[in-house]
Amino acid sequence: MIDESTVNHVARLARLRLTPDEQQVMREELSGILEHIDAIRAMDLDGVEPTTHVIAVENVLRPDVPRPGLSRDDALREAADVVDGSFGVPRMD
Amino acid sequence: MSLRDLSAVEQIAALEAGETTSLELVDAHLAAVEADDVEAFLAIDAEGARARAREIDAMPSRPALGGVPIGIKDALSTRDVVTTSGSRMLEGFRPVYTATCVQRLQDAGAIVVGKTNMDEFAMGSSTENSAYKNTLNPWDHGRVPGGSSGGSAASVAQRQVPWSLGSDTGGSIRQPAALCGIVGMKPTYGAVSRYGLIAFASSLDQVGPFSRTVADSALLLKHMVGRDPMDSTSLDWPGEIALPTATDMSGLRVGVVEELMGEGIEPGVKAAIEASLRTMEDLGATVVPISLPTSLSGLATYYVLAPAECSSNLARFDGIRYGPSVDADNLLDQYEITRGDLFGPEVKRRIMLGTFALASGYYDQYYGRAQKVRTLMVQEFAQAFEQVDLLASPTSPSVAFPLGDRTADPYAMYLADVCTIPVSLAGVPAISIPCGLSDGLPVGLQLAGPAFSENRLFDAAHAIEQAIAFDTRPPGLAT
Repeated sequence: MIDESTVNHVARLARLRLTPDEQQVMREELSGILEHIDAIRAMDLDGVEPTTHVIAVENVLRPDVPRPGLSRDDALREAADVVDGSFGVPRMD
Repeated sequence: MSLRDLSAVEQIAALEAGETTSLELVDAHLAAVEADDVEAFLAIDAEGARARAREIDAMPSRPALGGVPIGIKDALSTRDVVTTSGSRMLEGFRPVYTATCVQRLQDAGAIVVGKTNMDEFAMGSSTENSAYKNTLNPWDHGRVPGGSSGGSAASVAQRQVPWSLGSDTGGSIRQPAALCGIVGMKPTYGAVSRYGLIAFASSLDQVGPFSRTVADSALLLKHMVGRDPMDSTSLDWPGEIALPTATDMSGLRVGVVEELMGEGIEPGVKAAIEASLRTMEDLGATVVPISLPTSLSGLATYYVLAPAECSSNLARFDGIRYGPSVDADNLLDQYEITRGDLFGPEVKRRIMLGTFALASGYYDQYYGRAQKVRTLMVQEFAQAFEQVDLLASPTSPSVAFPLGDRTADPYAMYLADVCTIPVSLAGVPAISIPCGLSDGLPVGLQLAGPAFSENRLFDAAHAIEQAIAFDTRPPGLAT
């Protein structure tokens, strides 16, 4: 049901590098799980609104005044690479 | 009887009476935490816990939670204490802030002794998806403790701590509570702030308590609920969580969910649930059958929505801002290789499934439809609560299964949450309490109520607990 090119396309969207073995297993397992999930594709859902949030909440607002946030030192503390007070990353091709 | 056999409420009373000190309690529990016969802990903060105990012991009056130890699921951030969410992706990660719910408990006098093992990023039902180790079920070391909060459940059953925190997305508190023979509670969505909870599926995730008594869970929840400016989905709590005192259920109507008492439920589990239904009748409740047909589509709906949300939430793990990183020549390679190397198989599976369900061309067929089925589920629960005060079902379709039994078949593992998922999708609160044994292993009874009915749930669960008098001590545990 899910073919190799779909697996590769989705893995790229998800920024996951899969080994060839993983691609094969993923294709089989996802196909198996989707067979069970297909039950909801047969349901009559005409006129049903989607739910995004189960408990009704109004927009939550606060006064637009500054408040303390993470310090720069805290924000960078766990980074793999820090360059001049910023996150260091390899170049983008 | 040792200090570790006392409930948290009893420990607080002993502290108030001057019969023990917080340091003595912390030392007694740390000995069991450090021995860790069931592999429940990933990190132990012995020095921090002892220092805090001394501070509390020196206070002129004790805080509400007295200075009693607690275990915290490793999905909850604790400042400066390593927090991995069970993943190599966060190996060695020391958060720079503490989760609001943990902070509130610490402010009230709970002492964190360590972080408990879990399925990686809370995805799993056996804790076998932890990147670090398997946790053992205290009732039978050859079996799983359930999951994803397996370490938190096992540590309470093993009496390493009187109580602990877990998180529940599709059953990750209630199911391990059932399999370990203790109490576990998932509150109303929004009751407890999610700030500092490492996100899995944000529309479903809730933090909640584990304990050996219903009253202990109520006490812990009482100190966690309420709005938090850091989580805009957190709610002002109406009134207060009260400690349960009820000894009967007169006037309560209990609906037994027919769809969750049939095929797929082990006979021994069903028998224990039926016995507890008779107990509820003896306590004065009216027990009636009720049908929730959409609950049969719960698993399929959940396995679209939860992976979709996880694929988005876990996009943040890229090896740049925190956690280990794999070197590469360019940024895209670094993202892909880091994520490919450091996420475990179940996490990758769910990220793939969720990305697929959200991808252009599939969105309407999967994610869009699942959100509509969720609407039907919410409506069905609302209609049910017009007829009954509580819903009853098994918490888990089976007792604890052997380690390794379901790891090769993802869908067999997913079935472990078939009874808990509908409640999660509806966003309502539910509690699991131990109600009997099947082949010597604990069976959990799930009670669910409408949003904000936590006090009703605790009272009903307390009445049943007193009537059944389940012995939470695992048979092999040394006294």
